[in-house]
Amino acid sequence: MTGLRYVYAVCRPFDAALQSQLTGVAGDPPRLLAYGDLVAVVSHVPEADFGEEALRTHLEDLDWLTATARAHQQVVDALTAVTTPLPLRLATVFRDDSGVRLMLEERAAAFRRTLDRLDGRVEWGVKVFVETERTERAGAGAEPSAAPDRPAPRPVSGRDYLRQRRRQSRADDDLWSRAEEFATGLHAELSGRADDARLHAPQNPRLSGAAGRNVLNAAYLVRRDASEEFVERVDRTKDDAPGIRVELTGPWAAYSFAGEETGAGAADGKKAGDGKKAGEES
Amino acid sequence: MTTPSRLPDPYGQGQSANLADILERVLDKGVVIAGDIKINLLDIELLTIKLRLVVASVDKAKEMGIDWWESDPALSSRARQDELTRENAALRERLRELDPGRVPREAP
Repeated sequence: MTGLRYVYAVCRPFDAALQSQLTGVAGDPPRLLAYGDLVAVVSHVPEADFGEEALRTHLEDLDWLTATARAHQQVVDALTAVTTPLPLRLATVFRDDSGVRLMLEERAAAFRRTLDRLDGRVEWGVKVFVETERTERAGAGAEPSAAPDRPAPRPVSGRDYLRQRRRQSRADDDLWSRAEEFATGLHAELSGRADDARLHAPQNPRLSGAAGRNVLNAAYLVRRDASEEFVERVDRTKDDAPGIRVELTGPWAAYSFAGEETGAGAADGKKAGDGKKAGEES
Repeated sequence: MTTPSRLPDPYGQGQSANLADILERVLDKGVVIAGDIKINLLDIELLTIKLRLVVASVDKAKEMGIDWWESDPALSSRARQDELTRENAALRERLRELDPGRVPREAP
């Protein structure tokens, strides 16, 4: 089959078979393209959809983007089950196999370094949400109207009304500061159990569909054999704090840690990682 | 090469995985390599990436009725201002109702 080559990930050669039903972004099953001690995982995609102009147009199409992102992730996910893949960003496309091999050749040293660093590790995502009355209403998409749907008992006097508002706002303030303390503590503890950590921008509830406001959105690089303990630790926090919700996702391929370490301080990653830098190759 | 040891069961993954979680990773993380097909995701007029939210272009999003960023106080200073103004007005109205004659009509 002709067409372009879509690259999902780079990894070391592996023996295990991928799921037989696995298909890539354009329905073509992913194949392994070896170069020395590295393997690129590629599938064939039609130029009509993945040529420059078509691709640019498609990326503006939410349905297309969604389907492609899920297919990309599915392949990377299947790889994570059998090896440690270095996931590439969505829509990395070459003309032909030799273009892919050339890329592997040029970047072989960096790939090896990163693969060694990530070897035997996966990424876990941890998010903390605050569920105040206010954010729940916003999350549900309600019009921020004046007062009528407030569930508190209808105030009988102006003084009652003000008192109620003050109590509500004090309760909110209290919840926010507890949430901040909770998130900071959780991040410190989980960072201690991980080989690396990144803080990502909070997600918007209108996109994620999650209730509440996202106050912590972090990724942790954890050894496979330490993952069970890590997950248990996160699970234990779940009932700790009323009004605060913890969500765990994973195991993911180490997307958030796939970029080359740049600065000297980046190695321990305990500090708030910069999401943008994390993905950038020099 | 290490063979993966057993992993806990997936959390919030697979077909049901939150689109936001997937897009956050495949669009914004992962290794950036310039392929033969030159697409810089940051050049795509996706509101998505600038705001880390993924919903198609601003116009398209508006068409789809997704315009929350204009009214989300965290994203728009105008919305923040609007919210304060609205709240202020609502409070005044309420006070006037309850205690007529003691509330000035205009802000000092």
